[in-house]
Amino acid sequence: MLLRPNPASGVPIYLQLMEQVKHAIETGALRPGEQLPGIRPLAEELVINANTVAKAYRELEHEGVIELRHGAGAFVSANGRPKKATEKLRAGQAVVGDAVRRLRERGVTDEEIRRLFEAELAGVAKTGESRG
Amino acid sequence: MADAPVVEMVDLHKRYGATEALRGLTLHVPAGSIFGFLGRNGAGKTTTIKILLGMVRPSAGRATVFGLAADAASGSVEIRRRTAFVSDEKDLYDSMTVAEIIRFTAGFFPRWRDDLEQRYLRKFELPPDRKVKALSRGMRTKLALLLSLSRGAELLVLDEPTAGLDPAMTEEVLQALVGHAAREGMTIFFSSHQITEVEQIADAVAIIDRGRTVVSGALDDLRENFRRVQLVFDGEAPAAAFEAPGITRVRRAGRMLTVLSTAGAEPILDRARALHAVSMDVVPVTLKEIFLESVTTEE
Repeated sequence: MLLRPNPASGVPIYLQLMEQVKHAIETGALRPGEQLPGIRPLAEELVINANTVAKAYRELEHEGVIELRHGAGAFVSANGRPKKATEKLRAGQAVVGDAVRRLRERGVTDEEIRRLFEAELAGVAKTGESRG
Repeated sequence: MADAPVVEMVDLHKRYGATEALRGLTLHVPAGSIFGFLGRNGAGKTTTIKILLGMVRPSAGRATVFGLAADAASGSVEIRRRTAFVSDEKDLYDSMTVAEIIRFTAGFFPRWRDDLEQRYLRKFELPPDRKVKALSRGMRTKLALLLSLSRGAELLVLDEPTAGLDPAMTEEVLQALVGHAAREGMTIFFSSHQITEVEQIADAVAIIDRGRTVVSGALDDLRENFRRVQLVFDGEAPAAAFEAPGITRVRRAGRMLTVLSTAGAEPILDRARALHAVSMDVVPVTLKEIFLESVTTEE
């Protein structure tokens, strides 16, 4: 269910794992109450550091996405992610999908699109008025 | 990760005659971490490992392992009892069979773990009756690993563990290491110049260059804090405005300025906005780029 993270992407591996788990919940691949793989087996399967898997699970628990039950393992939270948030994300995905498609049509490469999103998220939008 | 460091080196110097192998090296290896030790050939990696194991004495500075001084005779014996080491040579007795060298080695270590020996014998599919000299390079590496992992050591030191292995074999070795670290809770310190494998399994790293530590810390922190920002200005790019703490490199090419920061992109973006940059791009920096930016490339 979880894929090998890309260690060379510059994005911390625990963040990549967190995104994958959230995505699996959003798509329904993981359902509320279902168990996630154990930290050690998952670390071995993905050939990544067990501390990294533990960190991803801790952060996901902190966000309320999963529950860590002592001695039993990690489970998708029973109430899961509020439906509203799922809908919000779906709607957002449609907007992003549309933007990406239009940019590609204009010949902007995927790498350029990625950088535009990064810059936008990092707050460059605030300088809109100074753009030439 | 909050535990006391297993290995601590502070301002280490080592001189061989006129050559300075180490020139103020500082390292903290957290307990339970997989620590990647990166540097170019000749940067001082092997000297550092030899000091750690008490095989070489530092000219100045402090080196402790498990809180014991590595350059004191009593400390060094205790350190070597609790530390397993695999050299890049994978020194093994060629005339013995796999089974013989395992029995021979086990005899030296009271804490030898038969369960781990059996586990890795199966996992690595080592032929017990084959002579060591008839093993392939990959098999030889696996045998050396089996001998170290079965010792019941608390610290495993590996010098270039995957050198010369094909990608499939490398993956098998890395998998054994992450699995072992997770199950046994031991600390693994490994030197490498395979940056991708360090990125894959390490949680803390140090990059050394010419005998000095140039970058060190938790890999996630480095990934989150290193940013490359590309700025375009209307006129000549003002390079001097970006000389500040956390900014390691500023390159100017006409109207374009590339700034490398170790403290996130925000301070640079603030600055760039004030200077009315017309375009700003933020790009994450990979460990490979961090490495290439940190080590000297000219001879």
